[in-house]
Amino acid sequence: MLRDITLGQYYPAKSIIHQLDPRVKLVTTILYIISLFVAKGIAGYAVATVFLVMVVKMSKVPFRYITKGLKAVIMILMITVIFNLFMVNGEVELWRFGFLRITDKGLRTAVFMAIRLIYLIIGSSIMTLTTTPNDLTDGLEKLLGPLKKVRVPVHEIAMIMSIALRFIPILLEETDKIMKAQTARGADFESGNLIQKAKAMVPLLVPLFISAFRRANDLAMAMEARCYHGGDGRTKMKPLHYESRDKMAYGVSWGYLLLMAVLSFAQGFYGVMLL
Amino acid sequence: MIRAEELTFDYERLDEEGKVESRRRAVDHVNLHIRPGKFIAVLGHNGSGKSTLAKHINAILTPTEGTLWVDGMDTKDEEKLWNIRQDAGMVFQNPDNQIIGTVVEEDVGFGPENLGVPTDEIWERVEESLRTVGMLKYRHHSPNKLSGGQKQRVAIAGVMAMHPRCIVLDEPTAMLDPSGRASVIRTAQKLNQEEGITIVLITHYMEEVVEADHIFVMDDGKVVMQGSPAEIFSHVEELKKLRLDVPQATLLAYELQKRGIPLPDGILKNEELADQLCQLKSKM
Repeated sequence: MLRDITLGQYYPAKSIIHQLDPRVKLVTTILYIISLFVAKGIAGYAVATVFLVMVVKMSKVPFRYITKGLKAVIMILMITVIFNLFMVNGEVELWRFGFLRITDKGLRTAVFMAIRLIYLIIGSSIMTLTTTPNDLTDGLEKLLGPLKKVRVPVHEIAMIMSIALRFIPILLEETDKIMKAQTARGADFESGNLIQKAKAMVPLLVPLFISAFRRANDLAMAMEARCYHGGDGRTKMKPLHYESRDKMAYGVSWGYLLLMAVLSFAQGFYGVMLL
Repeated sequence: MIRAEELTFDYERLDEEGKVESRRRAVDHVNLHIRPGKFIAVLGHNGSGKSTLAKHINAILTPTEGTLWVDGMDTKDEEKLWNIRQDAGMVFQNPDNQIIGTVVEEDVGFGPENLGVPTDEIWERVEESLRTVGMLKYRHHSPNKLSGGQKQRVAIAGVMAMHPRCIVLDEPTAMLDPSGRASVIRTAQKLNQEEGITIVLITHYMEEVVEADHIFVMDDGKVVMQGSPAEIFSHVEELKKLRLDVPQATLLAYELQKRGIPLPDGILKNEELADQLCQLKSKM
């Protein structure tokens, strides 16, 4: 169950998306997220869907693998949908029970919000699934490079991120193991109300934290033993430079954002016609 | 290569104000000399100070008293710190906690990257190191999907890529299954014989040290015995007192000797024992 979280796990395959420069993928992901918030109406979402489906197809990552990541956030998704459904006030009332009411506008916002969130997660999963964390942090480090001048420890932040990503699967496995060990001793994680469940997590979290600290200590020692001393004087095994395909990808993503902006503007202009 | 004089290390326990509350001596006036190109084993049961000693060679710990030289460099000399760590690489016990990269080849490249090696040469070194440890075909894999023995070999390759003259293996096999253990030890032996790298193997498995050139036995922070494997394992009673096992063949030979069967001292391997027994039989 815990291993279902795909965020931050690399899926090895040979595809155009995998080969792209990580900076392109990072920027595109950000542009895509912006586009989702710019999007208005069915036309906008249709374009976003087409773009996403194309990228997923090109990445050669099985679709089921991607959607596994959604299971982890289903609760947040549900809460958002329910809030939007009942809280947004529209003109046409569709359903009413006491103080609860669903309006056309609420329904529409809820549906679009759900789509938005799902696309957002799929979009960012695609990035982490097709980019090795090392590439990702290299890309981030390069993109944020200018911030070094204002004394932001860019290299260190990138290193922290890459290590965090590397240890996600290890810690998840460990959580699973501890859970089983505690279950074998009679711990009950399933039954009871929310408070009881939260209390039941204590015997899970304490050993997990201790072990995480021990791992951190070991890892720091191993890194020092291999001469790690910060970003100064460090060379790169895989230095980044843009190829023609990267430039093309940039073109495609900016073009896409532009299209989305135009669509949303047109939507505002023609109003309800496009819904 | 490595020389220790009166090497002493105390673990200090600090109270809340940062004052020393208690001390525990982990390494106690150790003198040793390791020549280049040798395969050295350090034996000892848990808490004998062998891992603490190993951490000194890589300058992770610096001595409380005494001095340790790696290739003529004093480990207390902060300016030489990175040279020492490049020169004497270290492989740790837990395979998961020492792999930094998320792809095998990136992890092997981590050391050379830190040393500031040019990109092209990093790739050469990575390929060469992975080939030496026999992991080249896993270069694009995620370390999480490898077995323990494979992870340890990747860790060895990571150290190899820094071109050290000496590799310290701190109980590299303690968390592995027997086949993983054998593959790691074989790799270490290969590096020693083919590349001429000095190996310091810290362990408590006797079977792993029978091939070593020289053995140090530690107990309570002191070096209590040293010599060739044949010399060490002829003292079965003393080893038992130190809570160490002896290889099965040695133990059997020892028990047979006690019953009056004339076997020579220092039998280490099953084949040797079988040979000796066959010779005895033919004489009868």
